[in-house]
Amino acid sequence: MNRLAIRNARVVDPVAGTLVEGGVLIEDGLLAAVGDVDDGLFRRSDAVADARGALVLPGLVDACAFAVDPAAAAAGGITTTLLMPDHAPPLDQPALIREIAAGRESLRVHPIAAATRGLAGQEMAELGLMKRAGAVAVATGRGWIADSGLMHRLLAYAAALDLVVVSHAEDAGLVRHAVATDGETATRLGLASAPAIAEAMAVARDLMLAEETGARLHFRQLSTAAALDLVRAAKRRGVRVTCGITPAHLLLSDTAIGPFRTFARLSPPLRSESDRAACLAAVADGTIDLLCSGHDPRGPEAKRLPYANAEPGMAGAATLLALALTLVRDGVIDLPRLAALLTAAPARLFGLASGTLAVGAPADVILVDDAAPWRIAAETLPGKAGNTPFDALPVQGRVLKTIKGGQPLG
Amino acid sequence: MPDPAPSPSPSPHAVPEGAHPFPYRHLLGIGGLRAYEIAYLLDEAEQWIALNRATAKHDDRLAGLTQINAFFENSTRTLLSFEIAGKRLGMDVVNMHAAQSSVKKGETLIDTAVTLNAMRPDMLVIRHDASGAVALIADKVDCPVLNAGDGRHEHPTQALLDALTIRRRVGRVEHSVVVICGDVLHSRVARSNILLLTTLGAEVRVVAPPTLLPPAIERMGVTVFTDFDAALEGAEVVMMLRLQLERMVGAFVPSPREYHALYGLTRERLRRAERNALVMHPGPMNRGIEITSDVADDLDRSAITEQVEMGVAVRMACLDVLTRGRRGVEGWA
Repeated sequence: MNRLAIRNARVVDPVAGTLVEGGVLIEDGLLAAVGDVDDGLFRRSDAVADARGALVLPGLVDACAFAVDPAAAAAGGITTTLLMPDHAPPLDQPALIREIAAGRESLRVHPIAAATRGLAGQEMAELGLMKRAGAVAVATGRGWIADSGLMHRLLAYAAALDLVVVSHAEDAGLVRHAVATDGETATRLGLASAPAIAEAMAVARDLMLAEETGARLHFRQLSTAAALDLVRAAKRRGVRVTCGITPAHLLLSDTAIGPFRTFARLSPPLRSESDRAACLAAVADGTIDLLCSGHDPRGPEAKRLPYANAEPGMAGAATLLALALTLVRDGVIDLPRLAALLTAAPARLFGLASGTLAVGAPADVILVDDAAPWRIAAETLPGKAGNTPFDALPVQGRVLKTIKGGQPLG
Repeated sequence: MPDPAPSPSPSPHAVPEGAHPFPYRHLLGIGGLRAYEIAYLLDEAEQWIALNRATAKHDDRLAGLTQINAFFENSTRTLLSFEIAGKRLGMDVVNMHAAQSSVKKGETLIDTAVTLNAMRPDMLVIRHDASGAVALIADKVDCPVLNAGDGRHEHPTQALLDALTIRRRVGRVEHSVVVICGDVLHSRVARSNILLLTTLGAEVRVVAPPTLLPPAIERMGVTVFTDFDAALEGAEVVMMLRLQLERMVGAFVPSPREYHALYGLTRERLRRAERNALVMHPGPMNRGIEITSDVADDLDRSAITEQVEMGVAVRMACLDVLTRGRRGVEGWA
């Protein structure tokens, strides 16, 4: 039996909502004991690590990434990634799903299937077969499904399969060629923009269809007060809806795109300061269910362009936790709640065994020095690309060790 | 054309003691410029007007320098104006019609910038259809870059030539009441003019159908109207914008006929403005749509051809000022 013990830690249990001093014991890749662990167990372990007061929490479950990027994930403490279907070719075939679901040694990867063939929003893809092949959800990808009839059928069909439908909420007719949100910044920069209600318009329709069909609907990333109000009200009515957000939309407003910073070109775009404040409030009151990285590494060929020609997307995996910790320091939420948003909540939503410190669960744990200061540097970020809108930002909180299935990574 | 009034008394925006009159390497926009820096460029432009009206139009102070006009978007008037400005100062001027070649967008833009830079120009004049593209190029080259229009962002020399025209015809820019009418949403001319005129202390009103007004434009310090007649009350300058005809039907406005009825500048409508109100247009005009011919051709009111003339003077001033550091002119870094 292979035993690894970590002691002298502060253990955050996102399911119980607790923060206790103690440690964890890992046996053969599974969690054998957690919390106030008996000293005798530590002594009998093959290896004992002294956490020196660092935090121990479950490996992060990233509910939205557009690339499998093990180096960035490990650096960010992510042990489980849900992969969006936007690939070339799109993940719309069972064989492609099966290939992705096989995972990586260093990272659990759960594919999210394309809801429509080729992500074109025209015909439903083989949802049932893709679920059997290992898809944990289906998604509309980076785009919205404009055809309400198709979306209606899709939600009804997915409901029968108990598959979560992940929707991108931006009304296509309002957005068209827009690359920013309506406001002073877009006007001063002369960028094509769309009103922020484009998001609420899409959310309102999808919510009505989800309510009608009883489907489980998840909005990948919401970013406006109006959309969050709709979700809040729908939850009260019992609609099976959830939503996520990235740290970028919590920490940055549209002023961050000036002067033409393509690293801050995101989809949905960065919003006004009042929308940003509404997002923080929605995290605090529980309307927002999870935090995700939105990891979408892009190379210079997609970003070193005039703003409107650049592709939207940011590298987010390596900085997810450090940025999210600012919510704790700013008093928006407490540490166990933050851990839940990053681990237990996405795991529960998508039916995964990860994201917990329960005894017998896979030993995906991370050690975090939540006081360690560092500075985000786009050029030295690990993984595929450094297109972060947080370049040069000083942050606090560093992942010291990422352990997946009992095996330390990196 | 009536003889313009002589230049007014000393500018209220004189360069403060100890300040550099124009401490920038490039001219990428009006945004960020201070009032005295704008006034300095206008003052510099004044001196070129007389030269341009003389028979011998040469001042070879920039002889030996190379100016490349890289136009990634089609333009005849602006290109010609920059070419003439460079040549009158003695520069070797090369035009690159990038809009007709394979270089349009993508990483090739930076590649093009690097390639142009390797040819060691002393001045790059760039026009591009993407907002921010000129700044992107300026980042990659060693020589001064002049923005000749980037997307719907800025067109600084147009704003300068408009201001120079106003200053000469109205006698001042500060406290003047300027109406900008038309497709403000897609207009770089409007943005640069708003920035310049508000910086110099003019009252700026923008008027357009709501579909052609940019969001939050009032935060740029202008008053917004959708009723042209109301906007014209007390106006000293009426600046009409060119309407892109492809935006005319269905998409942004219902029809040319309706646009003309609501937003076209006619002689009758102009009566609502001040008695001697100046009419301006960056050209080329859609006669009978945004402006009627009797207004456009009225030399007492219309400054449209004078704007073109001022354009050359302003561009000569910008070329001169931006290359002073390279030429080792004393006092210029």
